[in-house]
Amino acid sequence: MSDRMSVLKTYKLFIGGAFPRSESGRSYPVNDHRGNFLANAAQASRKDVREAVTAARKAFPGWSGATAYNRGQVLYRVAELLEGRREQFIAEVAASEGVQAKRAQSIVDGAIDRWVWYAGWTDKLAMVFGSSNPVAGPYFNFTMPEPTGVAGVLAPQQSSLLGLVSVLAPVIATGSTAVVVSSLDRPLPAITLSEVLATSDVPGGVVNILTGRAAELGPWLASHADVNAIDLTGAPESMRADLERAAAGTVKRVLRAPSSEPDWTRAPDISRLKRYLEHKTVWHPVGV
Amino acid sequence: MTTWEYAPAPENRDIANLKPNYRMFVDGEFTEGTGEPLKTVNPATEEVLAEVSTASTSDVDRAVKAARRAHDRVWGKMPGAERAKYVYRIARMIAERARELAVLESLDNGKPIKESRDVDVPLASAHFFHHAGWADKLSYAGYGPDPRPVGVAGQVIPWNFPLLMAAWKIAPALACGNTVVLKPAETTPLTALVLAEIVQQADLPPGVVNILPGAGDVGAAVVEHPGVDKVAFTGSTDVGKIIQRAIAGTGKKLTLELGGKAANVVFDDAPLDQAVEGIVNGIFFNQGHVCCAGSRLLVQESVADELLEKLRARVSTLRVGDPLDKNTDVGAINSAEQLRKITDLVASGEAEGAERWTSACPLPDKGFFFAPTVFSGVSQAMRIAREEIFGPVLSVLTFRTPEEAVAKANNTPYGLSAGIWTDKGSRILWMAQKLRAGVVWANTFNRFDPTAPFGGYQESGFGREGGRVGLEAYLDV
Amino acid sequence: MVAPPTASGLTPEFADVTRDESSLRRFLHGLPGVDQVGVEQRAAGLGTRSIKKASKLWAIDTAISMVDLTTLEGADTVGKVRSLCAKARRPDPDRPEVPKAAAVCVYPDLVETAVRALAGSGVGVASVATAFPSGRSSMRVKIADTELAVAAGASEVDMVIDRGAFLSGRYGQVFDEIATIKHACGDAHLKVILETGELATYDNVRRASWLGLLAGGDFIKTSTGKVSPAATLPVTHVMLQAVRDWHDSTGELRGVKPAGGIRTTKDAIRYLVAVHEVAGPEWLSPELFRFGASSLLNDLLMQRRTQLDGHYSGPDYVTVD
Repeated sequence: MSDRMSVLKTYKLFIGGAFPRSESGRSYPVNDHRGNFLANAAQASRKDVREAVTAARKAFPGWSGATAYNRGQVLYRVAELLEGRREQFIAEVAASEGVQAKRAQSIVDGAIDRWVWYAGWTDKLAMVFGSSNPVAGPYFNFTMPEPTGVAGVLAPQQSSLLGLVSVLAPVIATGSTAVVVSSLDRPLPAITLSEVLATSDVPGGVVNILTGRAAELGPWLASHADVNAIDLTGAPESMRADLERAAAGTVKRVLRAPSSEPDWTRAPDISRLKRYLEHKTVWHPVGV
Repeated sequence: MTTWEYAPAPENRDIANLKPNYRMFVDGEFTEGTGEPLKTVNPATEEVLAEVSTASTSDVDRAVKAARRAHDRVWGKMPGAERAKYVYRIARMIAERARELAVLESLDNGKPIKESRDVDVPLASAHFFHHAGWADKLSYAGYGPDPRPVGVAGQVIPWNFPLLMAAWKIAPALACGNTVVLKPAETTPLTALVLAEIVQQADLPPGVVNILPGAGDVGAAVVEHPGVDKVAFTGSTDVGKIIQRAIAGTGKKLTLELGGKAANVVFDDAPLDQAVEGIVNGIFFNQGHVCCAGSRLLVQESVADELLEKLRARVSTLRVGDPLDKNTDVGAINSAEQLRKITDLVASGEAEGAERWTSACPLPDKGFFFAPTVFSGVSQAMRIAREEIFGPVLSVLTFRTPEEAVAKANNTPYGLSAGIWTDKGSRILWMAQKLRAGVVWANTFNRFDPTAPFGGYQESGFGREGGRVGLEAYLDV
Repeated sequence: MVAPPTASGLTPEFADVTRDESSLRRFLHGLPGVDQVGVEQRAAGLGTRSIKKASKLWAIDTAISMVDLTTLEGADTVGKVRSLCAKARRPDPDRPEVPKAAAVCVYPDLVETAVRALAGSGVGVASVATAFPSGRSSMRVKIADTELAVAAGASEVDMVIDRGAFLSGRYGQVFDEIATIKHACGDAHLKVILETGELATYDNVRRASWLGLLAGGDFIKTSTGKVSPAATLPVTHVMLQAVRDWHDSTGELRGVKPAGGIRTTKDAIRYLVAVHEVAGPEWLSPELFRFGASSLLNDLLMQRRTQLDGHYSGPDYVTVD
């Protein structure tokens, strides 16, 4: 055994491509499933939500305006980098979720594959969700999907990595940008993922990850007028109706949560992508 | 020179087959509602057209139960090909009774007969015809191999396109295998009840379509009824928010088609004469009672004076008056309440310093009318630039560069529609990408088609009506 | 280029426009485009105006007074022209209150016949000229053609433009030809036939209209009647917009004449509605709007009788000339 002291990581928030501490100065201890201390995580506040939404809004024009091919490559690059830090994620998932190494491996592999799956969607959305419409008149008419905008995502509380990736990747695949509140008790994989995102080609602000309490931050996200959609997956069940009501204040798109957390290992479908897409119909006369 | 006055050319109101009393339609029967009856008024004359029975909470309950039975026992499991034939029948019968429906619509709503005749009624029929064909092709619509209906749809529609909005709601619902409980607007219940007659004549199973007239409380009862699986609403953003709140936590599927404050952007290289037509059509079509109306005109400064001059000259030729007159371009404001709202907002525009120009056209002595009005010198901060007026009032702003046009156009919580006028193809496509709106009309405005999805971004709502994507609202996917 | 047309007091701006070929091209190509779907929809929309009772009778009488009663056949004879002139003077012999037609329109060699037959009637004599209908001849011939007609007493000359020159972009040449013919017309009014059926696009119709106005045409006219399509409502809309805009710019009133294919009262009324609502009420006069037609007049007369008699009339109650 080496007697060298290891250097511990300070887990921070991820906002606008940077890693600030919470403006509130708050942190909270994160334990493994046996109750052993793992690290202190920053406990984000409503002002951190505000900063994150600002960053996400700022990033939206660039990200939504990037070519679909480019977005696909960026998402694929996330998978590549995740693959490179596979061991670290396996260890963190195992510690956070209390699963055996083999199970943790399969979870991490699933998360990597999920990025690959969504990476492949970016340049197919318009083909699958768009249409040319044969209107009864001398017009060329087409419908194209466009990203909804800034999405607030309350990430799953149980599945710290695969669940997180499953709810985050579809947001940015569409060209929307995200403000994520990670699992409260299992936030470490989320922070490590943000380190991956920061060193990949995902532009700063496209993904913002806050650690802290969904119960505290959810209402601020749900009521924030500059947020266009909200995913309630990780919201406490008792708060979901209230969050939905708050979201109605600016007619947000709401992803309701099933009563229990889904099995994230199941193959994904397009339903999450659809929630972050608007349809724009364009008319133009045809003449000489 | 002699002036040429067009003689009155009124459509014959007898064609409307107006009856003194109308009843609600529940479970295949016209029955007396137990709510307080309402009197529906011709907004062009302020005369009472008919008394209409309204639904009470218990009527809503009865209707939802009838719809549930019809869904579970008949409609939901009927083969799509059979459902299709019912819906085709409705399309055909609307076309057969087109003239009657048009006259009735103009009487009840106040819109000019040329619009009810050439737009509302034909489009309503087309909407049923288009969706009928989907009924047995849903497995090809991109929602999986055998998408199922949602169940009972509670639908609440506005007064601006009474029959057409009923068609937009009912046609996709039926095609997808849902049954419906629909509440028409308080001030315009009549054509929806004639549609109910058509539903009866088309021999739809009882309970598949239920029409419950009434005011907002009936709408709330429909929306909040626990037996309703899906809510569809078209109307104001304020009410849309109330509905979204009301169904929070219930798991009901929801689509909202709400208000708008569309920018109609005219560049200096636009086909100006057609742009003028498009502007006029954009804001004076249906008295401006259009959620997607081009109520904010953004003109490039270099052409603003010329365009405004042409616009005022053109607006001066609009004929305001008797909705039944075939030569009327702008009919009656739908209600005294709406007229008051328009008048208030116009007063605010004047108070805030915008320059008002109103057509000198004569207005009838009776009825609710408002002369076409154009405000110039409007700034983004004024109420008339931000709030939906829902009347024949246009706010004109200017811009210098395409970026400025986009920034101003998008500077609103709404996002329903937008217009672009330019002869430069690449600029059209650039603008169409940048504008945050669900419908973008380039070198045209206010066109609708059952194959073309319609709906908003942001606070203009979510979900689409029409086209393949419109089916999603009525499928359990 | 030849000197600017004498009759049109071109504003300095427009004088500059016609200075040389490239200025002219820049100006014509700088005119706002015309969206086909938009203009056709507007024309169709206005076409649904329902003109009834007194307003219909007024429209019929106005339309009669705007007819350029036309015969432009190889088989035209002195006799045919005389009977047409009689018809123009008194369209409905039973009803002397019916207005007379605006003019009789013939080939140059029959102008003299028409002038004689119409002497003192106030009905004009229009002659086609400039190698009508194709315009394919030398300038010398075109000038001679015009001079012949004017010398024979034509009060109006309907010239054709060189569509070949126009379509190949030689706008200066077209301008010069019109200006030259205008000069040859002397006091006679010049109608410039654009032959819109050969111009292919509404953008071209707009450019040709402005070219005709800049070069001094008193009227711009759609068609020779020898090419299909002849006059259409949307083409007429574009031309009415041109004279309206010309008036807005210069204060001058110029006229429009759709010709060919207008056969029924219903058609004619649609055109009058367009005149009324696109150009403006002041254009509702034979001074500023004409119909080039042959069979239209009889339908107008028949419908006039129907309006006044309260029952439908028939073709045997109007004269066939």
